Amino acid sequence: MTAVLSVSGVPGVTAVRPVGATAALVEVDDAAHALALSLWLRSRVAALDVVPAAATVLVDGCSAADLHAVVGHWTGSADTPDGPLVEVPVVYDGPDLAGVAGLLGLTVDEVVAAHTETEHVVAFCGFAPGFGYLAGSPWDVPRLASPRAWVEPGSVGLAASWTGVYPTASPGGWQLVGRTDVVLWDPSAPRPALFEPGTRVRFVQVAALGGGS
Amino acid sequence: MTPAVRVLEVLAATGLVTVQDAGRPGFAHLGVPRAGWLDEPAALLANRLVGNEASAAVLEVLGTVAVRPAGPTWVAVTGACSPVSVAGRAVAFGEPVHVPAGAVLRVDLPMTGVRSYLAVAGGIAVEPVLGSRATDTLAWVGPARVEGGARLPIGAAAGEPQALDTPRAPMVSALRLLPGPRADWFDGDPLDALVAGPWTVDADSNRVGLRLDGPALRRHPAYVGRELASEGMVLGAVQVPPSGKPVVFLADHPVTGGYPVAAVVHPDDLWMCAQVGPGERLRFRRG
Repeated sequence: MTAVLSVSGVPGVTAVRPVGATAALVEVDDAAHALALSLWLRSRVAALDVVPAAATVLVDGCSAADLHAVVGHWTGSADTPDGPLVEVPVVYDGPDLAGVAGLLGLTVDEVVAAHTETEHVVAFCGFAPGFGYLAGSPWDVPRLASPRAWVEPGSVGLAASWTGVYPTASPGGWQLVGRTDVVLWDPSAPRPALFEPGTRVRFVQVAALGGGS
Repeated sequence: MTPAVRVLEVLAATGLVTVQDAGRPGFAHLGVPRAGWLDEPAALLANRLVGNEASAAVLEVLGTVAVRPAGPTWVAVTGACSPVSVAGRAVAFGEPVHVPAGAVLRVDLPMTGVRSYLAVAGGIAVEPVLGSRATDTLAWVGPARVEGGARLPIGAAAGEPQALDTPRAPMVSALRLLPGPRADWFDGDPLDALVAGPWTVDADSNRVGLRLDGPALRRHPAYVGRELASEGMVLGAVQVPPSGKPVVFLADHPVTGGYPVAAVVHPDDLWMCAQVGPGERLRFRRG
């Protein structure tokens, strides 16, 4: 059976699990710890990939024993990382906005105010290149019972406590509250993803997109 | 050489023909699959045979392809054992083959195996995306799939063609399994159930994953109905959805997944996943 290496004395970290011989998964308490630990590990292990997620950090290219030894030295906390801050203009006219407000017992204006006043942080990416899971919202929004077959690129959605912006057209089950025209994914750019783990994001309400407003 | 010589004209392609190299690991945290050739030993052999660097891009052929290099060049076809012809005449599989100017090179459906690899001296020189020329079929990062009418740039030849060096026994055997991170989600050691099998390759297998049909793995009673928060996935991860039917994650796998990983295929055995087709049997052993 799997030899799970427990971790003690490191706040927020519980165990290291082997993933084959050359990769391992660190179990942590939450996405904030996963993000902070992944940013710390990225510059300390010569791994192929370091992938934070909701409650884990995968390190591909490092054995469980080696990773266990390294993680024991982490003294960091889950404080919000000091990543770059980007502003994302949003027209709040999503097809699910009124429904979300109703679920939360708020008015549409209150939802928009709360969403734009919160500084979000990209906890991790996944689902599609450049798709970030942004933490910051205090809400717990259910996914759509039946996902849409087609979501326009730039759609801003909510699911659980996450906010996400669809970089490209795709199917999707998040509740859509608005839309933006920022480029989230450009593989020819030096930094291909606007949202990287650790990026801080502020949504700014605008009446219309484009036109350099 | 004039620039016009270094073009490979694609006359026809069936099935799925893609440009592949070693892929683009290192971007998983941005949601980008690694992509890259599925049968790495075969692709590396093809590159060696035509004198290419190991990093040169080749064509991965699941189906058939007909190409016409604009100038004389060396090529090699490896992987699934396929009929290869130049100007309508049969030529060697697994050896460097010279293609004169204007002649058509054809790779037909394999007798055994699934995917063949066509290396051209100088390599397929399409523009790299995030440091790689590989096509990812999940998010379609990298060059488009190769279709009839495409004109693929070819790099300058880096070396001389080589004789066959260390041929690999083209036999698929039992794949070695290493422990996965979520063995505790299963009823008993999931390696026992996976080794017992037997498994049959599903028709909906692709570059994302090899889907297996067989005796469903059972979850430990404590984990029945539970959901796993999505977590990072590695190449070769054996992920088991609630159906109990395992999926071996291949090069275009999603970077995260929400089903428990019961085991991981030994990296040196992953190439076999590229060469087993729908309906074929597949076995595992402890590695």
